[in-house]
Amino acid sequence: MNAPTKDSGLAWVGRAIRRVEDPALLAGHGRFTADLPAALRVRFVRSPVAAGRIERIAIPEGANVVTAADLAALKPIMPALHKFGYVPIAQPVLASGCVRFVGEPIAAAVAASEAQAEDIADAVSVDIAASAAVIDAGAALADGAPLVHAQAAGNLVVEGKVETAGFAAAQGAAHRLIAIELRSRRQNATPLEARAGHAAFDPVSGRVTLTCATQMPHLLRTAIADLIGMPEGELRVVAPDVGGGFGQKMSLVPEYVVLVWLARKLKSSVAWTEDRRENLIASFHSRDQSVRLQGAFAADAKLLALSAEVVANVGAYSCYPTTCAVEPLMAMAELPGPYDVRAYACVARGVLTNTCPMAPYRGVSRPVITTALERLMDTAAAEFGMEPVEIRRRNLIEKFPYTSVTGLIFDAGSYQQTLEIAAAAIDVPAFRRRQQQARSQRRYLGIGFAAFSERTGYGTPAFAARGMGVTLGWETVELAMDPSGWVEVRIGASPHGQGLRTTIAQLVADELGLAPDRIKVVHGDTDRTPYGWGTFASRSLVIAGGASVLAARKVRAKLKKIASHLMEAAADDIVLTDGVARVAGTDRALPIETLARAAYHQVHLFKGEIDPAICETATYDPPGTFSNACHACIVEVDPETGRVTIARFVVAEDAGRLVNPMIVDGQIVGGVAQGIGNALLEEIVYDEGGNILTATLADFLPPTSREMPPIELLHLETLDGTTITQAKGLGEGGAIGAPAAVLNAINDALAPFGVTIEEIPATPRRIRAALRQATKKPR
Amino acid sequence: VKPAPFVYHAPKTLGDALANLAEFGPQDGRVLAGGQSLIPMMAFRMARPAHLIDINTVAGLDRLAVEGDVLSVGACVRHAAFHRPVVEGPTGTLLSRVVRDIAHYPIRLRGTFCGSLAHADPASEWCLAAVTLGAEIIAMSRRGRRVMAADDFFEGMMATALAEDELLLEARLPLLSPETHFGFYEFSRRAGDYALAMALVTFRLQDGVIVAPRIGIGGAEARPRRMAAAEAVLAGRRPDTESFRAAAEAAADAVEPMEDIHADAEFRFDLVRAVTRRALERAHA
Repeated sequence: MNAPTKDSGLAWVGRAIRRVEDPALLAGHGRFTADLPAALRVRFVRSPVAAGRIERIAIPEGANVVTAADLAALKPIMPALHKFGYVPIAQPVLASGCVRFVGEPIAAAVAASEAQAEDIADAVSVDIAASAAVIDAGAALADGAPLVHAQAAGNLVVEGKVETAGFAAAQGAAHRLIAIELRSRRQNATPLEARAGHAAFDPVSGRVTLTCATQMPHLLRTAIADLIGMPEGELRVVAPDVGGGFGQKMSLVPEYVVLVWLARKLKSSVAWTEDRRENLIASFHSRDQSVRLQGAFAADAKLLALSAEVVANVGAYSCYPTTCAVEPLMAMAELPGPYDVRAYACVARGVLTNTCPMAPYRGVSRPVITTALERLMDTAAAEFGMEPVEIRRRNLIEKFPYTSVTGLIFDAGSYQQTLEIAAAAIDVPAFRRRQQQARSQRRYLGIGFAAFSERTGYGTPAFAARGMGVTLGWETVELAMDPSGWVEVRIGASPHGQGLRTTIAQLVADELGLAPDRIKVVHGDTDRTPYGWGTFASRSLVIAGGASVLAARKVRAKLKKIASHLMEAAADDIVLTDGVARVAGTDRALPIETLARAAYHQVHLFKGEIDPAICETATYDPPGTFSNACHACIVEVDPETGRVTIARFVVAEDAGRLVNPMIVDGQIVGGVAQGIGNALLEEIVYDEGGNILTATLADFLPPTSREMPPIELLHLETLDGTTITQAKGLGEGGAIGAPAAVLNAINDALAPFGVTIEEIPATPRRIRAALRQATKKPR
Repeated sequence: VKPAPFVYHAPKTLGDALANLAEFGPQDGRVLAGGQSLIPMMAFRMARPAHLIDINTVAGLDRLAVEGDVLSVGACVRHAAFHRPVVEGPTGTLLSRVVRDIAHYPIRLRGTFCGSLAHADPASEWCLAAVTLGAEIIAMSRRGRRVMAADDFFEGMMATALAEDELLLEARLPLLSPETHFGFYEFSRRAGDYALAMALVTFRLQDGVIVAPRIGIGGAEARPRRMAAAEAVLAGRRPDTESFRAAAEAAADAVEPMEDIHADAEFRFDLVRAVTRRALERAHA
């Protein structure tokens, strides 16, 4: 099953060629939204209180300030979900009547420069009659809590429930019941580039072009046109170079709606560049979930039944298109993870609070549920007196396809193998000896594992099952060869750092027998690309890449037909390789550019059997595929200060065929870095009144290169044909597994003290607080 | 992140700078040196000076010199000047150790020693060094020159004895005698972050026992402070684990910690204990 790529017979796929995106970015020639000149600049006036009624907005004399009153004709943002009692929540584009979180946009100040706009915004005075706010999900669920939205009783916006037949019996038959409760605090995805939008009116066409930092240009166009009530044709959305998104840029941003409205009204260009403080306060947040798990284990440590209770603080509004239900419901569907468990019960709640709305963030609930499940496994291992590797060995799935207890179908993977090679690489027996020696010197080392699955590249059926108002999933690709034989691949996906221009060129190169530098991938422009959903959910290489291969195969067939006419050979005998079409077994060959030229200029040679031009379209809508991995890490905990130092970090992963191993490694290392931030450092903190105490990067702490250990990467490639390219998605795995591995390692290190940490980030303060409660004195 | 409007002044001479300060200091004027704290605060509009008096253009303020047994640090000497020892003996080495924990390289290239003192952030390494080493602070205005002991200069969190029309012209650090032992230990969340607690210690050994110990603690209280109780514990004892633990306990007992999102009082007691002992161990290593 695990065939290395080098035997694949592919020329370009599998090679770590350099990214075509990088020379411009490294030379400072990248084009980001904030680089565009604009006649007018916008600064948003934001709510300073978490909840209250707007009584008066005083605008300085002569200033151009837009409020909700000006936008009365616009519809509110109102994503839909037709399942699990989801309560539709409306968000006005600018706060109207009341405010629901600190940072909610209330007004837009427009001026010739950013400094002037900020001065005007500063001078706008908003009187708000503050009311009681709820910040914590637990408090929001309590009886008598103030309601964030009147229609959502008990602040419950969605409640998923599942219980398999015979659950109670399965649980009752258990040898041991083991329970844990895990809390994952609130984060911000912190892309390098914060949000930015630029809307320009074109007096000739009457259209507006919105250039912005988005992961989903087509859907954004539809959504904005809907809200404003304008034909989509009058709006073009461009995603130029985008400096990361991680999910924060895959939702409809109310500020962008204001920009488009302003550009149409003022017939001008208006721009807004979010600063970091705004981003930390008012862009989408993530995580802030707690998970209670109870595992029912047999005497041989086999997991018989799993019950879960998930509470997700979703903030004050619901994000479009996924809705705020995405986190709790994905948690419910995927909680059993890569383990073979046949009895399952879960309640997953989404709870409204007066905090910044949540959007998906790299991993979407799986970093939290994986951490919870992996803590359960380690807690159970300790109870059974078993190595963490052994309990996983006994429970990981190994026969495929595997249908999970929630009905997910796992295609072939290497769950057991990645566990074994990660364990071998980190050398558990040698580590245990070092750990013992270190303890005698009052040094506390720990080892932690995280085995997990990563559901990726799923199409329409998976999204349809969620019951969202918008069913995402497929991708369409348009592939054109021009008369000079160069190829343009127009994709609806919208990469923003993933290197898709490189990897799709590699895929197409192998189909057409061309070098990748002759293949240009076009994305991020609704005028230039077919409708598509964008880049998120580890889908783009699988789905847009798969559609690119399908389109390339149609072009290949056409090129062969053209070659067959020009060289008087059977089309089936034509081979495309190294830039030429060759009649197999002969020395007869024509350069591919000759075929391309003929397709446009010599059509009379084809006797009406071949249509002119070369442009093919293909759509791919796959069922989805599971990647898998095992992370293993070694930490040292300083018991006096609570500092955690990561000594080693090993990732053994399997995402099928590696199209470009260098890009794969980059994706994993970046994800692990964010996972380490989640495990140790990053936390958005609100005070009781709903003010953010972490509004700068001096207080919200992403890891830097100084906190990052070297990441040791091991790859397996399970190729079972589930996807067209044999590649699986892998954009999120690093972030999914790392928090669990780190937290397990911390707890292993703390074992001699008899304390555990079940909260991330596991900060020095929290670790010290736990150690002050230590029941045991280590020798 | 655009500052509120302000008037910018760029004096060329010290006399002009002091004239600017005399006129605009009382009108919400602020001195701009390295700008590594002031400019971000202005960008957030947490600081809104009406006048900014830029002393980077004043000749001679970057003077760094040894005068007898004193190291003189001028108003515009950058942190980076201390990357290598600026004077032979323990003082130069000590400052080169301490400077490594100040923020990040680009910040150290711009930020100034005296600017840190004038800003008086509780987590400032240089404020701790000034207090522990017994620096003198020279303030200058058109009214004349004032000399203050560092311990009197720092009044609280971001509060100093500097008057509105005064420029912090120079800091004068008495050089440590060649046989002085020193140790520094800082705890911060990430490399380059603000200290949650730090200790700077010096002592000499005479006949195998500690004499003239100094234990300065920063980052834990509103201003850096020498811990007299801990110093008293250490004086006259042998430099061993037991002595260091006792001094660390005394420092933790004496500290009146600040609380913030990264460290509550309990955690700061823990940290003060740990950083004090580790600084002492480093001093004896």
